[in-house]
Amino acid sequence: MSILIDKDTRVVTQGITGKTAQFHTRICRNYANGNNCFIAGVNPNRAGEDFEGIPIFASVKDAKEKTGVNASVIYVPSPYAAAAILEAVEADLDLVVCITEGIPVRDMIEVKARMRKLNSKTRLVGPNCPGVITPEEIKIGIMSERIHKKGRIGVVSRSGTLAYEAVGQLMDLGLGQSSCVGIGGDPVSGMKHIDVLRLFNDDPDTDAVIMVGEIGGSDEEEAAYWVKSNMKKPVVGFIAGVTAPPGKRMGHAGAIISGSKGTALEKLAVMESCGIKVTKNPSEMGRLLKSVI
Amino acid sequence: MRIHEYQGKEILRKFGVTTPRGVPCFSVDEAVKAAEMLGGAEWAVKAQIHAGGRGKGGGIKFPASFDEVGQCASQFLGSRLVTSQTGAKGQKVMRLLVEEVVDVRKEFYLGLLVDRVSQAICLIASSEGGMDIEEIALRAPEKIHKVFIDPVPGLTDAEADGLSRNIGVPEESLGQARTALQGVYKAFWEYDASLIEINPLILAGDGGIMALDTKIEFDSNALFRHPDIAELRDIEAEDPFEMEAARFDLSYVSLDGNIGCLVNGAGLAMATMDTIKLFGAEPANFLDVGGGASTEKVTEAFKIMLKNPKVKGILVNIFGGIMKCDTVANGVISAAKEVNLSVPLVVRLRGTNEELGRQILANSGLPIISATTMAEAAEKIVAAIAGR
Repeated sequence: MSILIDKDTRVVTQGITGKTAQFHTRICRNYANGNNCFIAGVNPNRAGEDFEGIPIFASVKDAKEKTGVNASVIYVPSPYAAAAILEAVEADLDLVVCITEGIPVRDMIEVKARMRKLNSKTRLVGPNCPGVITPEEIKIGIMSERIHKKGRIGVVSRSGTLAYEAVGQLMDLGLGQSSCVGIGGDPVSGMKHIDVLRLFNDDPDTDAVIMVGEIGGSDEEEAAYWVKSNMKKPVVGFIAGVTAPPGKRMGHAGAIISGSKGTALEKLAVMESCGIKVTKNPSEMGRLLKSVI
Repeated sequence: MRIHEYQGKEILRKFGVTTPRGVPCFSVDEAVKAAEMLGGAEWAVKAQIHAGGRGKGGGIKFPASFDEVGQCASQFLGSRLVTSQTGAKGQKVMRLLVEEVVDVRKEFYLGLLVDRVSQAICLIASSEGGMDIEEIALRAPEKIHKVFIDPVPGLTDAEADGLSRNIGVPEESLGQARTALQGVYKAFWEYDASLIEINPLILAGDGGIMALDTKIEFDSNALFRHPDIAELRDIEAEDPFEMEAARFDLSYVSLDGNIGCLVNGAGLAMATMDTIKLFGAEPANFLDVGGGASTEKVTEAFKIMLKNPKVKGILVNIFGGIMKCDTVANGVISAAKEVNLSVPLVVRLRGTNEELGRQILANSGLPIISATTMAEAAEKIVAAIAGR
């Protein structure tokens, strides 16, 4: 087992006619069971055509009806990406992974409000994220599959490259991963740390979890409080941004300290008080994880 | 993206929010003429910079004659204003807002921002106007009232009136307060703002509700649909390095240390800065080259970092995924050659083709120091700067 995705997941690529979408869909299809998983694409103006044998449909709903897909990955440009997410949500898919970065926050507020009103069961990962991988089964997204191998450690991270860093350190210690989830750094987005930790907690094939956070918001604190009273497995963590000055946006909208809230030190302190082993040295994430299993 | 107070007030007026009458001025002459035009016996002359804390920092003056208006204006224009939010260098004052002085009966705080927990826009109000919201939160948290707004239908009459009553707006002014609150929310929503702060919002002597100050920030990801807002950008008020970086799609923030860092990904970039600090030094900047660390982008990144005279060494930290380490190594070499790099350079390459990348660096003939972990890289650059 794993979380969110496995070899039986069936994926539609939204925006499949774009260059980035084609580049990554090709790589995903060539990885592990990808050939059986990536079975449809969407572009409203190109229905009936195909991308290297993957049929293109006019809508997610069509793709679902004709091929039985239960997940989607979105590479649609940012001005149109929120509408693409809603299309997938309204087609009632189990999972939507939105890779697109730079979506206006207002658009995401509308998406989240709509999902609440629909009482939607769809799980949204991202936007502005690398995606999800269950090594040696399937990857949905843009992370390099070469740095992963199958194993029993879960990884959840807001930052893409810090997730790779954590995985790299695990690999140096011979530790493979059950699933790795990049949840993205935007202030308004789909799954948060807590949602992913819940899934890892219930996954019999995950023994321990690395949780990588960064400055801004209070998602890590909420996850930590949940861990304290619910998590049956060890969790270790790192928070990036001890040196980030308040009020400055560090790269993307989510990474900003507002007032005295959302600092790295505050987050680390809460995590530690909730029984999560933390490090201030990002080169120690792998070893810290190994010390708890 | 930030704009000036006078620009913010112009936007709010479009949404029915009342503000004092005022005129933006770029010269002493204009300031005096504005005072004459506004009439009255006293005026507010407000320095327009992209930072708060102006009241306490001496950025707002109340001259009582045309001569005094002229004196104020000539003192402000061209000077550097230092407030609690500008840093020690302060910001250069190039624009003023000359306003009528209004009769203030009561001051309130009003703020709108994106709340990450509820994933919605949050309207914050308090009876304690004039103070920083952080200060109110510390001293009198019970006096902070919030409404989380559902985008459909937006801020309702009942929500606006409830909030107004909570902060002590008198019954006879509720209608005006409703117009102000709903106007501010509409401006936030329609223009894709990320923050609006009205501090203070006031109850005037005549019972009117007015925005005495205005701070607005916009979501840069949404500027494509607001060309009128994008035009308001004041290039002189922004960090020239950050502007230059943005032209090349690099995300750069100036900091106070002496080690330049070039990293792919915002999270890894912050982690690299943190590691430098762990080894006793301070980063000179945050710099995220993004997913495609091409030779051109790396070269531009080097140029921008080296424009900062404080930089005594550079740390490059790239985790190659789809972007291969050998490609990055070639980019770093040609960048180092092009800028005639004279400070120590430590490069840490990890991920796809990392060994090949390291080999390319070693064979380059350049004095590039290679590292395998982030910690090793930080340790080596700190040592290299110290001449060890």
